[in-house]
Amino acid sequence: MNRVVVTGVGVVSPVGNTRDEYWSALVEGRSGIGPIENIPTERLVCKIAAEVRNFDPKAHLDSKQLGLMDRFAVFAVLAARAAVKDSGLEIDEETALDTATIIGTGVGGQNTIDDSYLRLYGQNSSKVHPFTVPRLMPNAAASHVTMDLKLRGPTFSIVSACASGTHAIGTAFHMVRSGQAPLALAGGSEACITVGGVKTWEALRVLATEACRPFSKGRNGLVLGEGAAMLVLERRDSAIARGATIYCEITGFGMTADAGDITSPDAFGAGRAIKAALRDAKLDPSGIDYVNAHGTGTTINDKTETQVLKDVFGEHARKLAISSNKAVLGHSLGAAGALEAVATAMTLREQIAPPTANYLEPDPECDLDVVPNVARKMPIRAAISNSFAFGGLNAVLAFAKH
Amino acid sequence: MNMLDEVKGIIAKQVEVPLDQLTADTRLADIGIESLDVIEIVFALEEKFDISIPFNANESAAEAFETIGAVADAVQKLVDAKAA
Repeated sequence: MNRVVVTGVGVVSPVGNTRDEYWSALVEGRSGIGPIENIPTERLVCKIAAEVRNFDPKAHLDSKQLGLMDRFAVFAVLAARAAVKDSGLEIDEETALDTATIIGTGVGGQNTIDDSYLRLYGQNSSKVHPFTVPRLMPNAAASHVTMDLKLRGPTFSIVSACASGTHAIGTAFHMVRSGQAPLALAGGSEACITVGGVKTWEALRVLATEACRPFSKGRNGLVLGEGAAMLVLERRDSAIARGATIYCEITGFGMTADAGDITSPDAFGAGRAIKAALRDAKLDPSGIDYVNAHGTGTTINDKTETQVLKDVFGEHARKLAISSNKAVLGHSLGAAGALEAVATAMTLREQIAPPTANYLEPDPECDLDVVPNVARKMPIRAAISNSFAFGGLNAVLAFAKH
Repeated sequence: MNMLDEVKGIIAKQVEVPLDQLTADTRLADIGIESLDVIEIVFALEEKFDISIPFNANESAAEAFETIGAVADAVQKLVDAKAA
């Protein structure tokens, strides 16, 4: 089996579209959540989100290409270009034939769906745009990335709500590890902040209207975000041979289903996913120093996740540094796991645990070390990144310092 | 029909409990109402009375939703506020 490393990362995020802007916002706990600007908010109860701002697709893509793309596909292509550029790889035609492109999304082309429904039901038009289908299909992001970068190997989309990005990276990791693909581009993309998209989340009554405060007393819900993140996964031996800069190694991946509630998290199912990732990595729980938590900022997720970590890690849970990036990034559903994987890769490379921002005061139900508000320089040998999705689908990646 | 009966009707339908077993003092938790049921009940009440109920599943303001009588009072207040 091949060892697998991360050699390139790319992001489009609410706190910047370069790796360095992204990482500095996470380390400083500078939140990208603010008043919604890109859509009309008169009819919204929740008027905040973590939007990608100052974003001009026309600067990067020609009009013919753009005409075929929903916002989530644009995000994916720009993040993918940045990741490949960052890796320093010149992907030759032969390697491209086997390069895997695995990209997660929660809802696919939400902007396209909203626009076409507005025409049909709101404006009584009898027609929608001819490219409605290719724009909205959830696999469009993966397809556009392959077309843009001429990658012709195994390619598909993974749809598992808030775990999509993590499932995509884990699947790609297994493909490179097994030798099925020499190289993979993996991540997630989401552009779900539309009037229709926000309304569906309002209806579930889980949105915070002021701030996202993971693991803090006084937290009162999640805040939607958007963006994309891509990682280049490469065989460790070939990365070393070409003198690549290596962020970290990916060592394990675990996934489970709760087979219980459609929206509530389940400590047993989530814990089994962490254990599966550690088993896959052949790592004892005591080898983990940092946890990039799912940490949505809902009452129930953060309480349950704390319990899960105690269940799996026992006494060692008290020694873990745990943080959630969602106070800064919001919750970008299918992109979240990928953005957090990039954050975890940076955490291992820089040996800095980014903080859980917006933290007010301790909640007795979330009594582990969540690195409140201030980043911490510390030795980090290995880390996990958790994603626990609606539908009871859990995915956990294990990473190691390289 | 008074507000208490309206609310009882909606709750009975949601959780398939016989109407005559519900009183103002019935606690929602005691008749097997789970978080997703609460959200659907809130929605049904909003639709029925054309009101907005400020309910966040993360907040213990869910106290207003502890008993059927409390729900009826909360809804009545919103309906009165709308009429005023």
